[in-house]
Amino acid sequence: MQLNRDELIRAYRDMVTIRRFEERVQEEFSKGGIPGFVHLYAGEEASAVGMCMHLGPGDYIASTHRGHGHSIAKGCDVVGMMQELFAKEGGLCGGKGGSMHIADLDRGMLGANGIVGGGPPLVIGAALTAKTLGTGTVAVSFTGDGGSNQGTTFEAMNMAVVLKLPAIFMFENNQYGEGTGVAYHVGSHDIAGRAAGFGMPAVKVSGDDFFAVHEAAYEAVERARNGGGPSAIEVDTCRFYGHHSGDAQLYRGKDEVKNLREARDCLTHFRARVTEAALLEADALDAVDAEVAALIDRAVAAARAGAPPPDSALLTDVYVSY
Amino acid sequence: MPQKSIRQALNEALAQEMRRDPTIVVIGEDVSGGAGTEGQRDAYGGVLGVTKGLFGEFGEARVIDTPITESAIMGAAAGAAVTGLRPVAELMFSDFFGVCFDQIFNQAAKFRYMFGGKAKTPLVIRTMIGAGRSAAAQHSQSPYGVFTAVPGLKCVVPSNAYDAKGLLIQAIRDDDPVVFCEHKLMYDLRTEVPDEPYTIPFGEANVVRDGDDVTVVALARMVHYANEAAEALEKDGIEIELIDPRTTSPLDEDTILESVERTGRLVIVDEATPRCSIATDIAALVADKAFDALKAPIRRVTAPHTPVPFAPSLEKLYIPSPDKIAAAVREVHGYGK
Repeated sequence: MQLNRDELIRAYRDMVTIRRFEERVQEEFSKGGIPGFVHLYAGEEASAVGMCMHLGPGDYIASTHRGHGHSIAKGCDVVGMMQELFAKEGGLCGGKGGSMHIADLDRGMLGANGIVGGGPPLVIGAALTAKTLGTGTVAVSFTGDGGSNQGTTFEAMNMAVVLKLPAIFMFENNQYGEGTGVAYHVGSHDIAGRAAGFGMPAVKVSGDDFFAVHEAAYEAVERARNGGGPSAIEVDTCRFYGHHSGDAQLYRGKDEVKNLREARDCLTHFRARVTEAALLEADALDAVDAEVAALIDRAVAAARAGAPPPDSALLTDVYVSY
Repeated sequence: MPQKSIRQALNEALAQEMRRDPTIVVIGEDVSGGAGTEGQRDAYGGVLGVTKGLFGEFGEARVIDTPITESAIMGAAAGAAVTGLRPVAELMFSDFFGVCFDQIFNQAAKFRYMFGGKAKTPLVIRTMIGAGRSAAAQHSQSPYGVFTAVPGLKCVVPSNAYDAKGLLIQAIRDDDPVVFCEHKLMYDLRTEVPDEPYTIPFGEANVVRDGDDVTVVALARMVHYANEAAEALEKDGIEIELIDPRTTSPLDEDTILESVERTGRLVIVDEATPRCSIATDIAALVADKAFDALKAPIRRVTAPHTPVPFAPSLEKLYIPSPDKIAAAVREVHGYGK
């Protein structure tokens, strides 16, 4: 499908925002400003954005521990996200969730997740709500290759087919479950094929190519919105950082990350594609880069300046009423 | 005697036992790491390095990397245990028991009873507990109270490297399923640890400090916080008797009861949440069996009834502190005087 200029600019802006956000998080984490653990999404941007371009605020997504990219693609406030990572009161979760639990239900973002395979069952729940209430909305589960093996994921796929739910299972195969290779941990070496075995359409696309992801996502979302039931998409992608920030990555081959960055950078591919086809000019893309850089600076400044949550916040929000 | 960290002590216990008994296998996510990659094998050796080096010595048949599938790991370990292996399965973060508890709670723990005493399930589940690293609500909990509440499971919560080695060897040699809880902030804590293998029996508390004024029972990291509190209290002339139960199931009731019979005052320190917990369990035990000896109300110093918060300032408030422990001891000590 052909994207118009505004859509192309949005796609680029969202992908660059994710990339710069993650690069900056890495930097700020190394400096000690961000507590806990962060799992960076850089390298996988085309997957989140290629899917979320088709979603509105009423559609839901559930994410993984590598959740910053999905949050940004779904429209979560970048300043609020950075404040959350810095554990500040102004963060999206008031500083109580952090990187692994970043969420914004108003934006249809059901949360990053600290539990591998935690998201897919929640997504079929959101899809059940959509189907029951007839909202016409869909729900998308982002799951890694690691999470693709979980029993919860299999159960969710089966039930989605049984109940013909408007759910989409987006499997981001970044080649590693933590420090174990997909060649070892996915027995069939074929995540999409396994999803198809549950009785839903399943395709495999390259995460290097935003347009391929975008096209596959369009078909799956349209199918779900039109009552055609669930679909699965396996995105062949790569992560530029470790499992978490600070991971020594001894499981990587020699020069692996360098080679991935050279050959498989979805941003580089996007830029080349749109400029060569004269769809966008380099100046327009550069302007987006500058705009994003300013946004990330603003987010970090707000995060640094923000106040931590008040001590009273420890005891609130456990229940609605008690 | 050589000084070793808890990490080294656990690693040594695993290696020595694996050399002794070829039916012992280690199984879990990234217990070696690097399988199916172009990089190194044993890239992790467990996410915090406890099983590092075992792969090189014992190979992939006995150091088994798995997919991130906790139900299958725990079920495989339980099924292998009941059929002739002695698995040491790793549940990376204890919080993940939520993913796989059926295989532990309904299966492994109950085999022996359900099968009329005909089954043995020599299974060890090593798992990380504890708050303090801003790992937030799903990577920071201390659910040993849940494991303790399950008939058929044993539960170990060591507080130092010496105990960690002796108790892990005991756990491996034990014929029942044992959940072995390791506090994630304590792996680098060093104590003297003998080179040779040794065991520490379950259900034998360690009296860390002797004192006649107030009995303090604490587990894992809280033993060290209670010890800090004890130093401050000592300056005020208050001597606590600090008891580390080391295993919560079985629990050394006698040592706790004997101490309270003498002091008449009890403070229990527990990093876990307070409802249906170890702290509550021990308070009930003492109220039930040593009521006449009590000279003051029993005080529990615990986390609040909340999930673990992410923000460091809130997490610090969440975890019992030496100051809070000292305040509780002072209150109990001064009661009725």
